[in-house]
Amino acid sequence: MPIRFDNVTYAYPAEESDLVAVREVSLTIEDGSFVCICGENGSGKSTLAKLMNGLLQPTVGVVTVDGKTTATEEEKELFAIRQKVGMVFQNPDNQMVASIIEDEIAFGPENLGVPREEIGERITYALEAVGMSEHRKHTPYKLSGGQKQRIAIAAVLAMRPEVLVLDESTAMLDPRGRAEVLKVAEDLHRQGITVVLITHFMEEAARADRVVVMKDGRVVMDGAPEEIFRDREAIAKYDLELPVADALAASLVEAGLPLEDKIYGESALAEAICRSK
Amino acid sequence: MHNVVFGQYYPSDSVVHRLDARMKLLAVILYIVTVFFVVDYAMYAALFLFVFAVALIAKIPLKVLFRTVRTIVFLVLITSIINLFFTQGDTLWVHWHFIKIYREGVERAIKLALRLILLMLFPSILTLTTTPMELTDALESLMSPLKLLKVPVHAIALIMSIALRMIPILVEETEKIMQAQKARGADFDTGGALKKAKAMIPVLVPLFVGAFRRADELALAMDARCYSSVAKRTKYRVMRFALRDLFASLFCIAVFSLVFLNKYLWPFDEMILSLFGSL
Repeated sequence: MPIRFDNVTYAYPAEESDLVAVREVSLTIEDGSFVCICGENGSGKSTLAKLMNGLLQPTVGVVTVDGKTTATEEEKELFAIRQKVGMVFQNPDNQMVASIIEDEIAFGPENLGVPREEIGERITYALEAVGMSEHRKHTPYKLSGGQKQRIAIAAVLAMRPEVLVLDESTAMLDPRGRAEVLKVAEDLHRQGITVVLITHFMEEAARADRVVVMKDGRVVMDGAPEEIFRDREAIAKYDLELPVADALAASLVEAGLPLEDKIYGESALAEAICRSK
Repeated sequence: MHNVVFGQYYPSDSVVHRLDARMKLLAVILYIVTVFFVVDYAMYAALFLFVFAVALIAKIPLKVLFRTVRTIVFLVLITSIINLFFTQGDTLWVHWHFIKIYREGVERAIKLALRLILLMLFPSILTLTTTPMELTDALESLMSPLKLLKVPVHAIALIMSIALRMIPILVEETEKIMQAQKARGADFDTGGALKKAKAMIPVLVPLFVGAFRRADELALAMDARCYSSVAKRTKYRVMRFALRDLFASLFCIAVFSLVFLNKYLWPFDEMILSLFGSL
């Protein structure tokens, strides 16, 4: 069920700002892929995300999900799209409606009119998928940021989506919370859910199987993370920051150290350097 | 912070906790009406006994229960004192300079104090044994007939539950803003009431701006999760009126009707006095 952008431009309504956030983007997000969309602040990456489930509708061009356009006034059709393309936002506190976790997760299925017994099963499934089963009856208030975002992901999973869009969902988290959320995203990807990760952290991009770089509303780079990371000129041009380990690896390769041309984590790089003697 | 989320909720595993919140809410409303019809001391005693019995079944320590009364001590004292000095009657008990205290005044002061305390106690049991979330559900369910009059009952209930959810977040944000202002030399603790109120303005402005931003984001998140105020939704949490709710209702009705019997048919105090007189 691919999401297809066909020459999409999005301009915010004139009374809000005269900003054209997305310009002439054509892009297809394939089934089962793990796509990372990155770019600096104001590059239009978040707007691109909101175009995927009809929260925003293109000014010019067409966005289709499963062949159906998101530019519809029909609530039913929009809901069908939003059920398939689940979205988690940046601030975990600003996307929860209920004071008890199981009620929070039930909210989506309730909106879809899922029968009560099935909602119970879906809550169990969703909490298990994010590893938060023991918190079912608790309040989200005392949880850490990472845990809250996992609950927000569970709340989307309970709607049985095919695509999970994480719209800067790791931006407000500490490193540990980010790692938790990324692990959940990777697990879900392995289970066949398409993951679209919007982020400005390049080390998160390394985990994806495709990286889309945006700048001033345009897609400027699109490829496997290895390809993107290798293009140091472009990286500098688009204000991206390579993860420390990979920036180091690139410099070492340049300096003539016989390293493999791939993406390393910190520990893998350390090992490779030791072995290269 | 537990208090901010659960209000006064006193977690415990009791029958009263498990009762249907709608039943408890209705019982409290009936109780409040009933208390205004109590006349005799014997009936006051009976109602206190009733409240204590319910508290005992709910496993709420009396200390916790009476904590709620502390908030109205001042009100009780003031109203009692006013009634004590300003009620005129037939039997003069104290006459000292311009102060006249009649027997009726004393009686009225005592009964008023008892009534106010009773009015505080039983509703407290409701909030001690029911979470705010359950109460919201109960209100939604009890107000559902209003849907026929096109009142958006579900939306009202959702607004209440979101408000409950946002309280701890806004409290925390207020603290953060105040600390930030203090770090920059703001003074919230000295000066008169007016000065203190003025010092709050720089706190309230960012708080409100933040609250609106949150509301905006929340609306977007609800949209993304297919919320519609008109579409038919299911409800995960259901309330069931069980057998125990029936028994509890009958018990409450029995006690409450005693009050009306006392007022209109059986003057308990006189009956007790004549019993002692005949001995």
